[in-house]
Amino acid sequence: MTKNVSPLVEGRTGPWEVIIGLEVHAQVSSEAKLFSGASAAFGAGPNEHVSLVDAAMPGMLPVINRFCVEQAVRTGLGLNAQINLVSVFDRKNYFYADLPQGYQISQFKQPIVGEGSITITLSDGTSRDIGIERLHLEQDAGKSMHDQHPSKSFIDLNRSGVALMEIVSKPDMRSAEEAAAYVSKLRAIVRFLGTCDGNMEQGSLRADCNVSVRRPGEPLGTRTETKNLNSIRFIAQAINSEVARQIEILEDGGTIVQETRLFDNTTGQTRTMRSKEDAHDYRYFPDPDLLPLKLDAAWVDHIRDTLPELPDALRARLLDQYGLSPYDASLISEDRAVAAYYETAAAGQDAKIVANWMTVELFGALNKMGLDLADSPVKPDQLGKLVGRITDGTISGRIAKDVFALMLENGADPDQVIDEKGFKQVSDTGAIEAMIDAVMAENADKVAEYRGGKDKLFGFFVGQVMKASQGQANPGVVNGLLKQKLDG
Amino acid sequence: MSDLLSLTAVAARSALDKKECSASELTAAYLKAIEDTADNNAYVAITADKATDMAKASDARLAKGEGGALEGIPVGVKDMFCTKGVETTASSQILKGFVPTYESTVTSHLWADGAVMLGKLNCDEFAMGSANETSAFGPVTNPWTATNGDLMGKALTPGGSSGGSAAAMAARSCLLAPGTDTGGSIRQPAAFCGMVGLKPTYGRCSRRGIVAFASSLDQAGPITRDVADCALMMTSMAGHDEGDSTSIDAPMPDLMAALSMGIKGMRIGIPDEYTLDGMNPEIVALWEQGRAWLEDAGASCVPVSLPHTQYALPAYYIVAPAEASSNLARYDGVRYGQRVEGATLDEMYAKTRGAGFGDEVKRRILIGTYVLSAGYYDAYYIKAQQVRRLIQQDFLTVFEQVDALLTPSTPTAAFPLGEKMDAVSMFLNDVFTVPANLAGIPAISVPSGLSSDGLPLGLQLIAPALREDTLIRGAAVIEKAAGFDHVATGAAS
Repeated sequence: MTKNVSPLVEGRTGPWEVIIGLEVHAQVSSEAKLFSGASAAFGAGPNEHVSLVDAAMPGMLPVINRFCVEQAVRTGLGLNAQINLVSVFDRKNYFYADLPQGYQISQFKQPIVGEGSITITLSDGTSRDIGIERLHLEQDAGKSMHDQHPSKSFIDLNRSGVALMEIVSKPDMRSAEEAAAYVSKLRAIVRFLGTCDGNMEQGSLRADCNVSVRRPGEPLGTRTETKNLNSIRFIAQAINSEVARQIEILEDGGTIVQETRLFDNTTGQTRTMRSKEDAHDYRYFPDPDLLPLKLDAAWVDHIRDTLPELPDALRARLLDQYGLSPYDASLISEDRAVAAYYETAAAGQDAKIVANWMTVELFGALNKMGLDLADSPVKPDQLGKLVGRITDGTISGRIAKDVFALMLENGADPDQVIDEKGFKQVSDTGAIEAMIDAVMAENADKVAEYRGGKDKLFGFFVGQVMKASQGQANPGVVNGLLKQKLDG
Repeated sequence: MSDLLSLTAVAARSALDKKECSASELTAAYLKAIEDTADNNAYVAITADKATDMAKASDARLAKGEGGALEGIPVGVKDMFCTKGVETTASSQILKGFVPTYESTVTSHLWADGAVMLGKLNCDEFAMGSANETSAFGPVTNPWTATNGDLMGKALTPGGSSGGSAAAMAARSCLLAPGTDTGGSIRQPAAFCGMVGLKPTYGRCSRRGIVAFASSLDQAGPITRDVADCALMMTSMAGHDEGDSTSIDAPMPDLMAALSMGIKGMRIGIPDEYTLDGMNPEIVALWEQGRAWLEDAGASCVPVSLPHTQYALPAYYIVAPAEASSNLARYDGVRYGQRVEGATLDEMYAKTRGAGFGDEVKRRILIGTYVLSAGYYDAYYIKAQQVRRLIQQDFLTVFEQVDALLTPSTPTAAFPLGEKMDAVSMFLNDVFTVPANLAGIPAISVPSGLSSDGLPLGLQLIAPALREDTLIRGAAVIEKAAGFDHVATGAAS
């Protein structure tokens, strides 16, 4: 289902439409930096991963890392985008202590990737296409530390020269929810592609949000840019706070100032960082140390042919092959590890029940325990087996939860737990018939009422029999026999 | 051997093979020559111990019959080349004290071929200048002096920016000198000092480890005593380098073979646009003479047109400063070189760069920053790039008809040091040399005669990309015909 109607925000004086565009900086997954060959690994001691090029020593020259180019192309293909066979690296000139060259090598007029699009799915099950304007490669700067010494700043150049992809959306998003869904989807795509680890806490993926508001049908309003948001929750908070701020100003008769803002995650508000007047003149020009980047069409085709399955295709397959609900399919297709876990668990089992157990019980439990899926004590084949024991009638769904709780504690196999704890459910019709007879004898009045037409009491009898069996009676068998006996 | 300093590199290399002298003797003679000619201020650092050690190592290799192409040949290195363990400043205050932990690719090639490093040579600050007067180490004096006319008794410029290199060559205080040429910085000083100077095709020599001035124009090349030495040294300096993305991966033609190939049947273009209004008649006459020499050797000379030549200098003085303004941003006092402390980061930048850069460098940073600024970029930088393409196209078109072009190297002979000259007049020195840099094509200056004042004059040959062999063939013919065997009055002996 595609949604075309923009969600509007109701102000004091009428409805407002919100326009959002995002610039996402994604660190390229690569062992080496974009132009120097130095390690791009995270977490080394200060200035341990710095080459002569990264420190901008005199006469040192950049040489493009082919793998980073391949990663950018792969990402572009994953975004259904045009790959530009000729692109140009430019210098973006500005002075800062952690920018050794005095310029950042980026791509300005001719990026490596042009227009594309991704489809986002919202919580109500609707979906929307969000346009991609471009993707370009650029160098990261180093890091300044102002809290290490009373009067000096320290510089760590480990990040200097690390490859980033800047992915610019079209101004196609209309709510914080859409922006959050966009970033989630983008993160899922780059993770599936293996082109960025998507780790927002470490800064591998961060977003700048451009936000403006307008009356429906009016021309675009003045936008502000909130920089460097490093969690999806912060992105949504920053947008909502910025939308509220802009509407209030406009409704009070004010005007929005085009500026760069910062998000304060302690207050949930944005504040001015610098106004347009203070904006740098970056004096972009083509970097004469680098020739235009020319790609071979056959090389691009080869990358296209070897792309892994992406979230959309996986989601479609989950819907088709496993018959999952759109919601479960979206949830499971967001992360390749989740999907892999699911597909292993669901092999030979009732796929829908496995999905349900995974998204509700397993995720709920892991969340409480503060564990990632990779560290789950319950392995996918064990979860599958547990569901198998429900569907083959060995245990009931209720008992399965007890088994599952024990599996979480010690990673035990479900069959072992069922055996050791004597959870095997009773399907022996003779034993169950005896229990039914006893329950009916104890509740002769209710039997009479039931037979007099009070059908609702059937549930009561089931409950009593299950209770008598201490939950181990097979509910299907109980139902069948009860019906026979009560109606018979 | 009696007169070691009079040997060319080719002759010295042969003498070493024949055990007529040792590398240590040769180096000792040059170290003494450096002392004897110290007044010209060509050297900014003398690495005597290193030279002595390298010469000993050369002798050891020669004794085993293992000598390289430049084994034992004493070399003076322009201060634009980073040299491992030896202070490298680009003759700028801002890099004082900077000692690289790495060696430039070009000088690495020379050492790998057995050459001996004598020291570092003065140049214009960051190679920005045409008279070697912008150096933080002060100007260099040309070993040549006028023997006639108004210039007699005046100290003359060796040209620039490779002024120290050309002067040291003319003073015989080194036997080979690698230079760098962004707009004529090898060819103009070579012409002023009676030396051969070759700027190869852009990308022939790796720029890795050379302090950058204007990246799209900078090229290293040899300054030598004669054309054979030029062929020898060029072969050593060139070569593909994966550390420079603009380095060319193409084999160098056999330049030593080219020396004796002659130019029979070659077509040489004489570009109309290189005739300037009010041009020095001596230069015009020399140019005519050069044409006659080439025709006598069997070439045919034809007039050709390079219609966009007049725009080369203005385009150059936009492109080069634009790139320089960005290339020199790294000299910020943060990581190496000079720092002048300030209360804030911006103040530290301003004080460091204010104190560290000289006037000419500041002028070009300002021009470069201006032409790249929003609102001016299209009118200046983009326009200059368009002009540059037209100039490249002019050369491509003309090289469909001719094999090479013959022009004067400079509009005048060496001029007095300290002569009050406005920046534009100074820039005009490069009028004949700049187009080859803009087009990325090779060009050579060959000493061809003396002015009436007794100062050296050069002729320039320009060839299509990758045809350094054509230059060597033509230059060898001019050299032979000119019979230039004059030695500077200030040369060591």
